[in-house]
Amino acid sequence: MSQFFASPVRDASSALRDYFVPANAPFSCLVKAGESVRIVDLEGQQAVDTLFYKADDFSERYSSQDTLRVQGSAYVSTGTKLISSEGNVMLTVTADTCGRHDTSAGACSCEANTVRFGHQVKYLHACRENFVIEVAKHGMTKRDIVPNINFFMNVPVEPTGELAIVDGISGPGDYVELRAEMDVLLVISNCPQINNPCNGFNPTPIQVLVFGAED
Amino acid sequence: MTVSVETQKFIEENRRRYEALKAAGQQHAPKALPGPTPRGTLLPEGAAIHAETIPGGWYWSTPLKAGEALRIHLAHGPAAVSMIAWSASDASERLNYADTVKVQWTSALGKGRVLFSDMGRVMFSLIEDTTGMHDALVGGSTPASNRARYGETVLRNTRDNFILEALKLGLDKRDIPPALTFFAPVRTDADGNFRWIDGARQQGDFVDLRAEMDLTVALSNCPHPMDPAPDYAPPPVEAIRFKAPAPAADDLCRTATIEAVRGFENNAR
Repeated sequence: MSQFFASPVRDASSALRDYFVPANAPFSCLVKAGESVRIVDLEGQQAVDTLFYKADDFSERYSSQDTLRVQGSAYVSTGTKLISSEGNVMLTVTADTCGRHDTSAGACSCEANTVRFGHQVKYLHACRENFVIEVAKHGMTKRDIVPNINFFMNVPVEPTGELAIVDGISGPGDYVELRAEMDVLLVISNCPQINNPCNGFNPTPIQVLVFGAED
Repeated sequence: MTVSVETQKFIEENRRRYEALKAAGQQHAPKALPGPTPRGTLLPEGAAIHAETIPGGWYWSTPLKAGEALRIHLAHGPAAVSMIAWSASDASERLNYADTVKVQWTSALGKGRVLFSDMGRVMFSLIEDTTGMHDALVGGSTPASNRARYGETVLRNTRDNFILEALKLGLDKRDIPPALTFFAPVRTDADGNFRWIDGARQQGDFVDLRAEMDLTVALSNCPHPMDPAPDYAPPPVEAIRFKAPAPAADDLCRTATIEAVRGFENNAR
């Protein structure tokens, strides 16, 4: 567990909804404006690939480039406003015990895995498979999948422009919490990648908690 | 956290495979990339198919067949050109900046690099490039970025240009992927803050992008949101579609890295 805790920390038992997401699995749920969603890395070093769509118009969705442009820097952490393709604030990161999350490197896919690791890894489960299955439940298709946020994934961007996916820095119980500024559909792929260090070579479960608006 | 013997074995097997793959990849040492193309390099005689002058603030889209190339040329002064692209046969396959930077381990794209689709295939080769200073992370201008930058005036922007191009092609907003912006010299500092590198582009700069599959390409000639120039005054840019020289067996873009080699193997399947 990291040293830094956001304060005040709401007890998990006060959550309106409490979901357990098994290792390797997709997940989605609605988060209403004013509610907060907490994503907990239960065992540590688990990348959580995450997308957001406006609940009543899925054509407005999370935009990594708008988010980075508005913020002026490359990493997601406390205070980051997640910006939509229409320039609206979707959610605000209100707590983060980990410290740094990526939104430049996108999700793993069977196809990109062949390029990165060799054709022999083609038939291994990947985030894009999870995303396609999960967005299809909501009437969307592959064209609706955009570059996502990778919570608990550490991708330093060097001043030379070089980047690398390095060992995850999250420990068991680390979490990130976001307040929804509009009604959003949250879509997660609990990353199944076993070909690089982003999941410590061992994908593990996560927990998703939704809290009511604070007074 | 304690893990079972089986889990520990699973972790060790995965780590061992990763180390083996990494070692295999590193045996195929990346070729040293050659540095920028000299300004003033002419197209091969008779290669040009079509030349378009894109006015400042405007857009242009074009089909680009495999083996053709597009020269984007700052013939009239410094400008920035944002680009998105789709496979001509399936618009759900499109330029993927995230895979492009992740797979090649860098956001600094220049001569010798390739641009990937979301399907692990190569869409473009960067066969010539006079600057190597482009933006893959921040994206093009939007109504909001223009308001923040220039105040409450109505100015043309890349987001709206891409909407116009997509809809004229029978696509819609959902088909617009994040953009790459050529001649937008954006890098990060040690803390991850974006900064603009002054003086990294000038009149005469160009990139040559060779299509590696049949494509539909959309361009937007609008100032990059981080461009420090005080006024909104984009000059025209020249876009020339031309017949690219046939790639030789040792073609730089096709052989520079093991990742590019595998990407081209996917194109051939």
